[in-house]
This record gives sequence, structure tokens and C-alpha cells, in this order.
Amino acid sequence: MSRYLASRAVQTVVTLALMSFVVYLLIGLMPGDPIDLMIAGDPKMTSADAARLRAVYGIDKPLMERYLAWAGQALQGNFGYSRSFNQPVLAVLWPRLLNTLVLAGIAFVLATAIALPLGIWAANRPRSRTDYLINLLCFAGISAPPFWLALLLITLFAVTLGWLPAGGMADIRPGTPWPAALAERLRFLALPVVTLTLVQLGGFTRFMRGAMIEALRQDYVRTARAKGAPERRVLWGHAFANALAPVLTILALSFGGLLSGALITETMFAWPGMGKAIYQAILDNDYNLALVGLLIATLATIVGNLLADLAYVWVDPRVSIAGSA
Amino acid sequence: MTTAASPRRLVWNRLMRHRLAQVSLAFLVVLLVLSLAAPLIADLRGIDPSTTDLFRRLEGPSAEHWLGTDDLGRDLFQRLLDGGRVSLLVGLSGALLSAILGAIVGVLAGYLGGRLDSVLMRLTDGVIALPLLPLLIVLAAIDPRKIGIPAEIAQSETFSLYRIVVIVALTGWTTVARLVRAETLSLKARDFTRAAQALGAVPLRIMFRHILPNAAGSLVVATTMSVGTLILFESTLSFLGLGTQPPAASWGNMLTGAQELLQQAPVLALWPGMLIFLTVIAFNFVGDGLQDALDPRSERR
Repeated sequence: MSRYLASRAVQTVVTLALMSFVVYLLIGLMPGDPIDLMIAGDPKMTSADAARLRAVYGIDKPLMERYLAWAGQALQGNFGYSRSFNQPVLAVLWPRLLNTLVLAGIAFVLATAIALPLGIWAANRPRSRTDYLINLLCFAGISAPPFWLALLLITLFAVTLGWLPAGGMADIRPGTPWPAALAERLRFLALPVVTLTLVQLGGFTRFMRGAMIEALRQDYVRTARAKGAPERRVLWGHAFANALAPVLTILALSFGGLLSGALITETMFAWPGMGKAIYQAILDNDYNLALVGLLIATLATIVGNLLADLAYVWVDPRVSIAGSA
Repeated sequence: MTTAASPRRLVWNRLMRHRLAQVSLAFLVVLLVLSLAAPLIADLRGIDPSTTDLFRRLEGPSAEHWLGTDDLGRDLFQRLLDGGRVSLLVGLSGALLSAILGAIVGVLAGYLGGRLDSVLMRLTDGVIALPLLPLLIVLAAIDPRKIGIPAEIAQSETFSLYRIVVIVALTGWTTVARLVRAETLSLKARDFTRAAQALGAVPLRIMFRHILPNAAGSLVVATTMSVGTLILFESTLSFLGLGTQPPAASWGNMLTGAQELLQQAPVLALWPGMLIFLTVIAFNFVGDGLQDALDPRSERR
């Protein structure tokens, strides 16, 4: 087990290093560089000044040299400054990471809590009208563009009905009693959470339904039924227990992706999270911020992968990772 | 009927029994024909969808403008058809490109195995681990002149179309690659492959003449489903202002301006999104129907 974890840790580090290089390269290919922006901001600057500035910031050096310099600094914990915020990158990203975790965490828990029972319910009545309807809704959930879903919700609840704010985050004045503060926070969370939940719901339900149908078709289910085991026990003790492994894998994988996957929802509702910060950083040529943000998002996906594998072993004792690693 | 139906005929018959797939296929064909014929329709109606008319902004439906006009006074119906052409084109060609890429990677990894297999599969895992949406945005934001593409080509409209096709295909091939690899591993052990090997067929011939045609079924299903996903990616990027560039219409970029106009003209946000939704769901239903039709043993409704 510990050997497995060690080898996975090494893999993670290698992937991150490769990823950081790829992203460094890609970001360098985006139009303009920081100096271009400085020139745009100061019309008196000459091209000689620009060249000197490029030398000062090291942008005239070859790519590999620049990357190694960046990586060397990063390894010492110095991730650089965000140009658009004038703050260290981590100081910008940390509160946003927390905001994303709040939004994505609630949406993920909600989606799971609705999808699992729904999927099992449908799987237990294959080809019935209920199953058909649930399946239809799942397809609808998978096919709706998230930004359009957000637009519709804003139109209905913020513009037409005026019940909920269209975006932003609650601004709680100090001294507000906590129930009022909580209610205010929830008002701002409602629409983004609903959007993000709907986006995930269809996929989760379909996976649960598929895994459950697969499990219900197995011989051990028939055996259990033949022995006269009560249907409740067959469903939960036999089928569900076996269907859980693949579903947990998918859930863990999706959670890793949520950190950056919430990008659209965050942007639509002006929720100050990671995804929105990465998007803004890319648009604003804020190299350092975009780079570190993307690396954190990658790390989250990799950790999600790892959790998925560990979850599999945890729920399915037949699988052992000691041998496979 | 005395003659046995061909396998293809059987699949078609089974597909036609899937009601939703049938309706979806009809919808997609109508949409494709209408959007390809859009310039003709515009001529017949005597409307130029690119002319702006600021005196006739945000008009409601009328005999002249069937669905009304947008915020620049352009005919909404024609813009929707033009946008549909972009979405369908990007979705279909992107899916095709990623299917080809994925099939090649998958069959090489699965058939040749060994070190090549582990390198290709690590690569696939690596791409899957990347945060998809931000990466798409970075790729869409790249300045083509910095990778040596001349400025006049980089600024042309066709280039921005090709570019988005390539971007969505670059992220879409991994699913196909894993699928084809798994199929290849099982087909490799079958008798017809062994017979071909015994006859002295070279690996390349076995891979492309014997293995891939037998994996075609699941390849078609995966590709059909991925068209929907890629259309979603395209519209998301265009919505963010990084895909299809105005004045060229796409369903995604038609929604970009709609958010500011929600108060005045909520219908502007309704139509393009509705079409994206219906198109994507139609491709998913057709894929689902194909899956049932190609593999009758799988669960049936």
C-alpha cells in the first residue's frame, strides 16, 4: 500500500512538472507579453526602452532558460506576483480556492444526494414510464449548455421575479447576527449552486442507473432472490454494494474536475472563485496567476484520480493495489 | 421475406425502432439542410443577414423578420441558421478528426503493445488529467503568429473555423483512444486475427483491415455522442468570445450579448441556447439509439 502510494506520488510530481512546462509554453504563445501592456500604458516609451525592460524582466531569454528560472523560484515556494492584482499569486488564489470549494462542494453533495436515489429508483424499474422519464431528464441535463442554464435562471429568478441576486457574493457587514448573515450568504449562493448541481445531475444519475442495472443482472442477485432474501436486502446489500465501486470512481473523478469546471458558473454569476480567476488571468495576460491557477486545477484532477483508485479498493475488497502497482 | 436482411439493414431497422433516435435524426437532417441552404433562403426572402439596421433593433416577429431582429437590427432567423452551420460543421468535423486521432492511437497501443502502449496510454491519462475548460481557453487564446502562421492567414475567417475544430479535436480523442484500445485487445485474440497473422499479413494491414472495421460499431457510437460534447465546447468558447468571432454568427457568440439585454429582450437569450440544447440532445439520442441497435444484447428499452 505505501509502495503504491509512493509510486503514485512520484507520478503526480512528474505529471505536474510536465504540465507546468506545457502550460508555460502555451501561455508564452498568447498574444502580447507583459511589456506590450506596459508600452500600451505609457505612450512615451521607445522601442529601446521596451527592449531594456524585456531584458530586466528576462523575457528576451530563450524559453527553456525562462522556464527553468521560473521552476527554480517555484520550488522555493516563490510563485511570483499577480500583475493584475499586485499581490503574490498564492494570496490571490487562496481565498478564491475557498470560495470555489464552498460553491462546488455544496453543488457536488446536492447532485450526489439526488442522483444516487434517482438512479437506483430508475434501475429498479427498467423500461417503466418512470425510468423513461428519468432517462429523458438525464439526457436533458447532459445536453444543456451550462452558460445558457445560468442565463435562463438569471432571467427567471433575478430579472423577472426579482427573488434572488443575479450574481456576486454576499457582503456581510460586521456585527450582523449570524442567522441573517447565513441567509444572506445562501441567497447569493442559490442560483450558482442550482446551476452547478443541474450540470452534474444528469451524468451522475445515468452512471448510477447503469451500474445498478449491471449489478442487478448478475448471478448473485438471482441467487439471493432464489434463496428468498427480502427485496430490500437484495437491492441494498447485494446490488448497491457492488454498483457502488464504479460510481464512487466517477464521483471522485468529477470532484477533481469541479475546481476548474465551475469556471463557467462562476463567470456567469460573478462568483469570485478559482475558475473565474484563471479565466480572467488568461484574458488579462496575467502569466503567473494563470500558470499557478492551472497547476492547482491539474493537481486537483490528479488527486481526484488517486482518490478514485483508493475508493475502489475501499469498497471492493477483491481489488488489491499492492499487486498491480 | 426469403432473403436474409443484411447486418446493416438490421441495425437500421433496430435504430428506427428507437423512437427518440428517429425523431432526433429527422431533426438533425432538417437542421443541417436548412443551415446549409441558409444563403439561398436569405436570397429568397430578400434579406441580408449581415446588414445592420439600427432603426429596427430588437423588433418582435413579423412577416418580414420571422423571429424578429437582434440588437443590431439583423434578422434573427437567418443568423440562427448561419450559426447552426458553424456549430454543426465544427461538431461534425471535430468529432471526425478526434475519432481518427483516437482510433490510430488506440489501435497502435492495443495491437503493438509493449513500451509503445504504455507511453501512449500515459499520454492519454495525462491529457485526461488536464483541467479541460481552462486549457481550451488557453488554446483558443494562443496567438497563431507566434507558432509561425502568417498574419494574413491567421486573421482570415476560415482559419478561425479550422482552429476551433483542431482545438476541440485535441481534447476529444482520448475517449476514443481508450475505447479502441480495449476493443483491439479483445479482437487481437480472435481467430480471424490469428488467421491473418498466419497468412503473413503485416501488422499495418491487420490493424486497418481486420481490427478497426470490427471495432467500427462502438467507434460510431462514441463519435456520435462526442459531436454533442464538441458542439457544447464550441458554443462555450464562442460565448466567452474566444471561438467564432463576430460578425460571423455562431450560437455561442449570439448569446454573449444577450446577457446584457435580458431586461429588454429575453428572447435573444432563448433561441440560440434552445438550438444548442436541442442539437446536442439529438446527437446524444441518436448515439444512444445506435448503441442499442449495434449491440442488441445490451439493455433495451
